[in-house]
Amino acid sequence: MKILAAIKQVPARDSQLRVNDSGTWIEEPDTSEINEPDAYALEEALQLREKAGGEVVALCAGPESASQTIREALAKGADRAIHIEDDDLGRFDSLGIARILAAAAATEQPDLILTGLQSDDLGFGQTGVILAELLGMAHATIIMKVEPRGTGIRVKRELEDGWFQNTDLPLPAVLTIQSGINKLRYATLMGIKKAKLKEVRKLTASGLGVAVEPSVRLERVFMPQRTKQTRMIEGSVRDQAAALVEALRHEVRVL
Amino acid sequence: MSTLVILEQIYGGWHRMSWEALAAAQQMDGPVWAAVAGGANVNTLAADLAGKRLDRAWAVSHQLLTAYTADGYTAALAELIRREQPDLVLLPHTYQVRDFAPKLAARLGRTLVSDVVRIRRDDQGLVFTRQLFQGKLNADYRAVGPGPHFASIQAGACRADQVQAGTAAVEAFTPELDASMIRAAPQDPFREAQRAVDLTAAELIVSVGRGIKEQENIALVQDLAEALGAEFAASRPICDAGWLPMERQVGSSGQTVSPKVYFAVGISGAIQHLVGMKGSKCVVAINKDPNAPIFEIADYGVAADLFEFVPELTEQIRKLRG
Repeated sequence: MKILAAIKQVPARDSQLRVNDSGTWIEEPDTSEINEPDAYALEEALQLREKAGGEVVALCAGPESASQTIREALAKGADRAIHIEDDDLGRFDSLGIARILAAAAATEQPDLILTGLQSDDLGFGQTGVILAELLGMAHATIIMKVEPRGTGIRVKRELEDGWFQNTDLPLPAVLTIQSGINKLRYATLMGIKKAKLKEVRKLTASGLGVAVEPSVRLERVFMPQRTKQTRMIEGSVRDQAAALVEALRHEVRVL
Repeated sequence: MSTLVILEQIYGGWHRMSWEALAAAQQMDGPVWAAVAGGANVNTLAADLAGKRLDRAWAVSHQLLTAYTADGYTAALAELIRREQPDLVLLPHTYQVRDFAPKLAARLGRTLVSDVVRIRRDDQGLVFTRQLFQGKLNADYRAVGPGPHFASIQAGACRADQVQAGTAAVEAFTPELDASMIRAAPQDPFREAQRAVDLTAAELIVSVGRGIKEQENIALVQDLAEALGAEFAASRPICDAGWLPMERQVGSSGQTVSPKVYFAVGISGAIQHLVGMKGSKCVVAINKDPNAPIFEIADYGVAADLFEFVPELTEQIRKLRG
């Protein structure tokens, strides 16, 4: 089975985010990392390959600096990678990004495309679904289990409020993977060494023939305003604890 | 400007977020239309729409829509939208909508603006406000070019009790579907083993998040829960890591709770968690990042290192209770 794992690099989770001077995006973060749900998608791809054989290709659109995340994916065991290198992907909307990824994916003819259910930065949660529509593939979202079954697959979808559903899909298909589906592996020293020799194919949006024609445009980024009157308790740790205990006793009356 | 709201039925009834999306649609200028898709039962359900302020309403019914599939829903709703040409299509941001709405918008050459908290219109058109970075920042997205524009509304962004009553004639719409269009074969939804832990009745809940860093640190927060006599819960990443069982998870994929006091310890406040606990009467947030979104919905906030603060708080509570 040939599996594409579509991954994205995002600012590291603990980053202090600062809106840029023009209010159009954030300042370059100090550190970046793989989008967490995409890490689970990559892991699921590696585990499926280990069970059923085949090849895992990491697919990533992002600036030059995303090559760090791509190297990590190769070090964890992806066989090779495609990097659609672009410093200004923000000019595309979700449909535009999916068109770029679809054009690159079409050159590979994969049986399965796995990606995280959403990104930790933009959080639209739709790249995988649009990708399926553009490629004419079946899809399923928020997946907690993947089992090859005959010529297709059976997946376990997470629904709301603790419900689940098993669904059979033909291949090729796109799945958006939920965090926690598997246990993430670490790259080994050997893996890191081998990664240096693995192929990274570089492509560009214009080379793939994707034009910039968004139907929505990011106009302004800003800090959220507090909607609730929050009492921030200040002081030393001891004073803070005392003030909170006092509030819990006399204002909230639960102690 | 016409707005079509696509309502959701689930297990034969209405998804509660359908009414929030309808309330959002009714706040727009111009005609408000509604549609609900399903099998034969949808005609009965759609009768409820006759009592709402709607200019038009459709029961989109077909035997092939009896079980939800993204293929069936997308084809049926794309046909309705192409025929009726609304300027704006709104949906509730449910799991089901996340499964088909991006596909529906893409089929019509548009991008869905998902998980929207506010919609406004200025002289240049529609602007959608939504959150970035798990709620740490907000962003305005402007609709460009001709409609229909698509947006899904975040849980709790509008109030279901603000839906305006009125009268509407519900029309039948039978889409042209063919069994060969539907590739997925879904089975009946199920729940895993009965939940042993019911957090929904708890008066006090202490919940721990990613800020706890390591499994062995969990005991620190568990001590606080014991001192308070509170139920112990967690955000999703803690249960994903296997540090606490899934049945103690609060959030969109776990339990929805509304205790007297909810202590959020080391929880940043991503929307997936907030939807599960924002009905709490009082929220106490403890987090080292003073900009964490959890503080936006907290009544009491402590910006401190939880590893120093929590043991101190536990000790003071123990002293008080003797």
